[in-house]
Amino acid sequence: MRCSAQPIAFCKNGLMHAPAPSPAVDPRRHAADTWIVIPLYNERTVIEQVIVDLRVHFDHIVCIDDGSVDGSAAVAASAGARVVHHPVNLGQGAALQTGFEYVEAHPEARYIVTFDADGQHRVSDAVEMVDLAKADDLAIVFGSRFLDDRTNPGWLKHVILKTAVWVTNLTTGLRLTDAHNGLRVIRTDAARRIELEQDGMAHATEIVLKLGRTRLPWKEYPVELLYTDYSKAKGQSVLNSVNILVDLLVR
Amino acid sequence: MWIQILLVIGVVVVGLFLARPGGSDSHLALRRLFMAGFVIVAIVSIIFPQWLSWLANLIGVGRGADLLLYALVLAFLVFVATTYRRNVAVNRRITRLAREVALARAAAEDAGIERPQA
Repeated sequence: MRCSAQPIAFCKNGLMHAPAPSPAVDPRRHAADTWIVIPLYNERTVIEQVIVDLRVHFDHIVCIDDGSVDGSAAVAASAGARVVHHPVNLGQGAALQTGFEYVEAHPEARYIVTFDADGQHRVSDAVEMVDLAKADDLAIVFGSRFLDDRTNPGWLKHVILKTAVWVTNLTTGLRLTDAHNGLRVIRTDAARRIELEQDGMAHATEIVLKLGRTRLPWKEYPVELLYTDYSKAKGQSVLNSVNILVDLLVR
Repeated sequence: MWIQILLVIGVVVVGLFLARPGGSDSHLALRRLFMAGFVIVAIVSIIFPQWLSWLANLIGVGRGADLLLYALVLAFLVFVATTYRRNVAVNRRITRLAREVALARAAAEDAGIERPQA
């Protein structure tokens, strides 16, 4: 009951976050061995800020430009990301797999962080997830927006996402609380053992399925998704979830 | 009615065909057998037009033309199923190809950064 005397915001933070990192902790502690993989498709207005924020903590940022036609690739490159170009638009799953294979060619890479280009992930969540992976020797850390109540997706999106979680758990045998969350930490040995074949959005379930089959240790980590007007406008439509379901069932 | 049983079985078979992982050789053989059967039935129906109506009556369909329509619906379903499968396979190939291109280009650029061209 100690919490009830405090403002609610403090309660939530006190519960969900590790204490604020002391100045002694190096903010760039993961810069040398962690590669950020960002599938990039027509996000010109937001990608620069995303990369600038990431570069505070990370050195290696790979954007897979999935055939953008709005100049996103040039913006990302000038912001300091390594841009790998798909010659034609293939889909987000294909971009992630290309990113994995690009990073796997670098022997000094230990961890891959998948990050969305639209700015809905918090960089500090990514850093903390790599902390967790290193501390607990985990091969995979999935970000989950449903482990705490910081994220409020709205009831319709909530229903769709929870359905996606249900389908994912049904097909993969894992017990996740979130699906289709773009923030994940994958150790390179785990990434090497999977190949994503779902080019479109169904990769989010496929990646859980294939990582689960590796039987490597994994955990979920509570993350907050920042639903900006921008990401809301770009987000998955209700009808697209039908496509994802069909992609998964009919192969 | 016999026709209803036959049609339902046909639709289920097409569905299974669609869901099965693609063994390309047996698929090809089935397609060719199907094609051969189609040609034989077509020739027989042309030479003996009454035969189709006789067959239709046998399985509870009013006219030979109706039976033809039902068969066409099934054939179209098979077409949709095989086309979908082929599309998926072609997309896989395009993805692999495009990824190779992307990675080769990136590797060439990386090599260029490390030691600038003479």
